[in-house]
Formats: sequence, C-alpha cells, structure tokens
Amino acid sequence: MPLLDEDPRAYPRVMVATRSMDENHTGNWRTLRPVIDAKACTGCNICWKQCPEACVDLTDKVPSIDMDYCKGCGICVAECPAHCVHFVPESAS
Amino acid sequence: MKKVLSGNHAAALGAQLARTQVSVGYPITPATQVFEALAEMKSKGEFPGEFIAAESEHSVMAALLGASTAGARTFTATSSHGLAYMHEVLHWVAGARLPIVMIDVNRALAAPWNLWTDQTDSLSQRDTGWMQTYCSTNQEVLDTVLMSFKIAERVMLPSMVVLDGFTLSHSYEPVDVPSQADVDAFLPPFRPELKLDPEQPITFGSLTQPKDYLRLRRRMAADMAEAEDAIEEVGREFGEMFGRSYGQLDPYRCEDAETILVTSGAVGSTARAAVDALRAKGLKAGNLRLRAFRPFPAKALRAFVKPGMKLAVVDRNYSPGMGGIWAQEIKAALYPRPGVSVHGYVTGLGGGDITVELLQEVWERVDDSPVAEVPAATWVEDAR
Amino acid sequence: MTTLKKTKTSIPQTELMSSGHLACQGCGATMAMRYALKGLGDRTVMVVPACCWTVISGANPRSSINLPLLHSPFAAAAATATGVKAGLVSRGDRETTVVAWAGDGGTFDIGIQALSGAADRNEDILYVCYDNEAYMNTGVQRSGGTPSGAWTMSTPAGSARPKKDLDAIMLAHHIPYFATATPAYAEDMVRKFAKAKTVKGFRFIHILSPCPPGWKTDPMDSTKLSRLAVQTGLFRLYEVEEGVMKLNMNVANRKPVSEYLKAQGRFKNMPAEEMAAIQARVDAFWEKPS
Repeated sequence: MPLLDEDPRAYPRVMVATRSMDENHTGNWRTLRPVIDAKACTGCNICWKQCPEACVDLTDKVPSIDMDYCKGCGICVAECPAHCVHFVPESAS
Repeated sequence: MKKVLSGNHAAALGAQLARTQVSVGYPITPATQVFEALAEMKSKGEFPGEFIAAESEHSVMAALLGASTAGARTFTATSSHGLAYMHEVLHWVAGARLPIVMIDVNRALAAPWNLWTDQTDSLSQRDTGWMQTYCSTNQEVLDTVLMSFKIAERVMLPSMVVLDGFTLSHSYEPVDVPSQADVDAFLPPFRPELKLDPEQPITFGSLTQPKDYLRLRRRMAADMAEAEDAIEEVGREFGEMFGRSYGQLDPYRCEDAETILVTSGAVGSTARAAVDALRAKGLKAGNLRLRAFRPFPAKALRAFVKPGMKLAVVDRNYSPGMGGIWAQEIKAALYPRPGVSVHGYVTGLGGGDITVELLQEVWERVDDSPVAEVPAATWVEDAR
Repeated sequence: MTTLKKTKTSIPQTELMSSGHLACQGCGATMAMRYALKGLGDRTVMVVPACCWTVISGANPRSSINLPLLHSPFAAAAATATGVKAGLVSRGDRETTVVAWAGDGGTFDIGIQALSGAADRNEDILYVCYDNEAYMNTGVQRSGGTPSGAWTMSTPAGSARPKKDLDAIMLAHHIPYFATATPAYAEDMVRKFAKAKTVKGFRFIHILSPCPPGWKTDPMDSTKLSRLAVQTGLFRLYEVEEGVMKLNMNVANRKPVSEYLKAQGRFKNMPAEEMAAIQARVDAFWEKPS
C-alpha cells in the first residue's frame, strides 16, 4: 500500500519553475531537417530573426541551426532571400 | 483609544493598522462601507497603500493574487454574491499559498434576493483552502483582522474574517482601537521568500504533475494543522499585548453543563443571554461559541466534549441535501463519540431573528430529549 | 541560445525566451513572444492567463521565459496584472514593466470584463493580445476574434459572424498607447514593445499571430501569412498615441485578399462571392482609414 508517510513539510508550499525549458530537446519532433548551403549564404541573418525556436546560432558568418531544438518548421527554408536553406528528410542525415 | 464603530468600520481600521499595502475592492451590501472607509482614508492620505476600485469581485481577488504574489500585504471585503463570484480565484489563491485577508459580511445568497445575515455564503466556501473565523462583536472583528494577518503570514494560507450582515456590520459598538505603535510591535512587515521580482526570474503556478500536486496539497494539510495551534498561540499573544485573548473555541459557563448551545457569529452573544436566563432558572446551561471554522477545531472540540453531553447546534445556514453546516462538521469531528449527541437546528436563514427566548426553547428541547441523536435538522423560527 | 556576437542584427540579440518550448512548429505566438521580450528587456514581469502560452511556457519545474511570470485564471489577465503592478509599486518598484500576455479568448471573450476595467482605470500595465483567431489551446473553437467564414471545430460550416472590432473597443477606452503588430514585421514589433515600455498608463498591443494547426496551414508559411495579412490590407500596422493615429505601413498596391484566404485551409470552403465581399470591405476601408 503506497502510503504517503514522508514528512509533509519535506515538501515545499509552492512549486516554482526555476529551471529552463532548454533542458527539453525538441529536435526529436523533426521529420525534415533544414540545411544551409554555406556557399550561397549572404549572412543576412533572416533565418535567425524568424526562427520560432530561437535556435539559430550567429557565431560564424554562416548561421548554424541547433539540431537539438530545431522542430523542422521550415520558416527559414521559406524566408531565406537567397533560397539557400533546403529541407532534407531527417532520416537521410 | 475607545471609539464607537460599526463592524465595517472596525474592519477597515484593522486593515489600515495592519499596514495593508494593496487593497482592491468592490461594493456590495452590506460590506460596502469597508471599501468606502478605505477609499476615504486613501483620499485623506491616511491609507498609504495602493487602493483600487475594481470592476467586479472576480477581478478583485485576481488583483490580490497579483499583488500578494508581488510580495504585498493585501486586504479586501465582500459578501454573498461577491464572494460567490470570486469562487474560482479563492481556490487559486489558497493553492498559491497567499496570505490574503478578506472580510466576508454574511448575507444570504439568491435566488430569491435577500440582503440579511445568513452564513451559507462563507460556509459554502469551506473547501477552497481559506481559513475562516467567525466574530461576535465589532471589537472581535478589528482584533481578528490583526490576528489573521499574523496567522496567515505564518502558515501562508488566506484568511476570511466573517461577521454578520447588518447585525455587526452596521451596528455601532464600543471598540478599543489599538495604537499604530502597538500593532507594529505585534505584526511585523510581510517579507515573503518567494515573490515576483525582476531579480528572481521564476514562474508561479505552472502545470504540475499529479505526484507533485498531491504532495503540495498534503503540505497544505500540514499547514492547516499548524494553523489550529497558531490560532491559539497568536490569540494568547494578542491577549498579552492588548488585554483580550482569543482561541478557536469560546466556551461560556460550560464547566458543569451537559446540554450546550453551540453557536457562531453574533448569535454568540445572544446565546450568553439565553444561558444566563436558563441558569437563573437553575438549569445547567452553557454556550460554546465556535470562532474557528477552518481549520475545523476538531482537536479542541474533542478535548472539550464529555460523555453525556448534548450539543444543541444552531445553524444560521443550510447545505441543501444535508442540513446545517456547523452541525455536520461537528458530527464529523466528533465521530465516533459514544455518549455525545449532536442536535442540529436550522434557523435564522435570510436574516430571521434568533432571539434569547428562541435559544432558551431550543436548549430546553434538547435538554429534554434522549441522548441518542436526531439525525435530521430541526427547523425553527422566532414566532414573533 | 544565441550568444551576443559582433554580427549586426536588426533586432536585439539577447534571448529571454529559451529554445525547447512546447509550441507547435511554426507558431506565430512564439515568434511574437520572442520579439516582445527583445523590445521589453528583463525588467519585466509577465502575467499569463489560460491560453497556448500557459502550455508553451512549460511544466513545473521548467519555464521557457527567463522572467518572473505568474499564471493567472482565464478571465483575469488584466486584473491580475493590475494587482501585480500595485504590489510592486507598494514595495517601491515603479520601474518594472508589468505585461499581461493573453490569447484572443482571454481578451475578446472571457477576459474582456477585466480588460475593459483595467483600461477604463488606465492601469499602468501593458496588455498584449496574441490573436490566433480562435480558442486554439482547447483545440480550435470559435472566439470573438474568429473572422467570418473561418472553419473552427464549433463552426464547421464557417463562422457566421464577423470578427469583433477589438481595436475600436480598446480605443473607446481613451488609453495612452495602442498598437498592432505581426511577426513578419519583427523590427516594427520590437520597436513598439520598446516604445510601449516607456509609456505610463494602459497600453495595448494587438498581434495577429498565425497558427498552423488552427488555420490549417503549413508551418513554413507562418511568416508569409503574417506578411500577406498586411500586404492585402486585411491587417493594418498602426499606432494610436494619445488619440493620434499613425499608420506605420501604407500599403499602396494591395495584394488581393484571395491570396491570403486561399493559402489557408480554414477558408477552404469560402465561396468566391464571400471573398469578393471581403475584398470590397477592405477596399472601402482603405479609401478612408480612420
């Protein structure tokens, strides 16, 4: 019988969220993976700007998409002015 | 300093003396004057806190949810339909463990419309997680507001201070108003550990799994149990500082009584007059006035009763399909208690007069009846 | 996620919204939140009533918003935010911006009483409605924000009533600052949030927020649809400051509304006459914008 017998005061009065959702890797939602063609990229950063997951990294001139989080929505594919972001099937990579 | 005050005004003074930081209110008969008194204090610079006249009671309690989570000491007053309208938020702030203090001026619920005193409004909020204390004098109202802030902030549960509509809210009684300095010594500032603060980017109230929800409620149960002790301790401390002590129960001439009138609210003082009249006739009558309703003072009640006792419970409220609420709770608290019987009387709904004579008749009827309890409530009214 | 780099960007780089949140792919509400937070900065407290963002933000003990945030009852966003502001002020903090962040359900319908009350009292809060035009969190039911003809689960034959004119309702409250925004125009949105932060009194920002599951659109089209709503003239980008209206984008050669409507599955069964009627209304409206 799973009695709750630990000291009730061992539990807080309220639970507050203190940790970040970035512990949750949403990359496994993807069925399509966006790939940036570095040669064609102009460094405009529009993919970074429009990403709903805020998972585009601007460290280098050519942005890199963090595959731990990318859900494969395709907004970067649709919005890139140089048309240099392409979808490939997730399983192919 | 002695002043002649209505219950509503005494409540407002209590909130002011407690250094309430945010008060949000909405008018409703017969609680309106609490709100108006605070508005007047605010306009004269006598209320340094924030004062907001919201557009509904649901919004009143939601605003206090916000203000209390932001770390402010908060207060409001309402009645009847106003209380009912904020129902979902009452659950919310209790679960959020916020020490909000609220006056409820008892008034019957519609349908049909009725403005007068009836306890069903506050008692029917018994499952929300709010503490509830029932007052029988305007002095007690002011004192209980001050004590409630202290108790609420210790156990982190909201507290409802209840007074009868019109009978207390609008009647003038002498009240000893403590000095600000004395109240400050009794009630330190509110300093919650967790609050909304740009230095602390935390989220309150997120989606929570069953296993955690269960344990949070269990913690609430532990804090409600602590509240039973807190009511006694703070009540004694108040007595030491201000000369008037309080507890969960208020017995009167019960030492050798076997049949006891059990009452709450303003009827408490009427019952003392009835007990005195019965005693004058040589009858061993006593009155037990219950101050605390939540947490229900089960431990104190179990310690109080003796085998052979008959409790004549006077309920100025009604839970349809069950009966008077105090009687129901008393029976539950005393189960199993062989030799103690609980006789429920439902009367005074919608503000009907509960007179000294009626209470004497109730007492005599219970005193004459056998110990075995009468399961259903007996309905009576003052025949005048 | 993004570290601040010397790369020049047209909007601030600091993220106050983390990756790993629970929004659907291509969620307009998420893009809106991201830009809002870039405009507001970290001296901000958010109040979120029941809406998609209740879930998107994450479950205990995690949150995707790196700010103090209070979840509130559905009908009570504006009232709760009112109280938060009063609480902060009573403790000596007049600077922190208090933001109510609600969907169209919590704004147009169940939340409208508290919203109207707070606006009427000119409470010093910023109220944001991210409008995805239906109760999306409960599975796409019609709201007062649903445009006529739109499919929803409660209007399977297409909503029979026009969208409530929320802008007019808010402007009728004589508030100091009102603006519209949509995610395709990120710089405009960031600017408006940065602006709203500096105004005292009740501020309202109405954001058109594409929703792939509810609009029956491809997630990759969310920015495109947000842009088309403006380019067809269906959604105006404007501000009203102390009663003075400023149109942010005068769309000279408007695209036909049918381009916007035909791109969405929720308008799939809309007859040509109805599209023509919508076009006529949009044309008439732009003849004399008020």
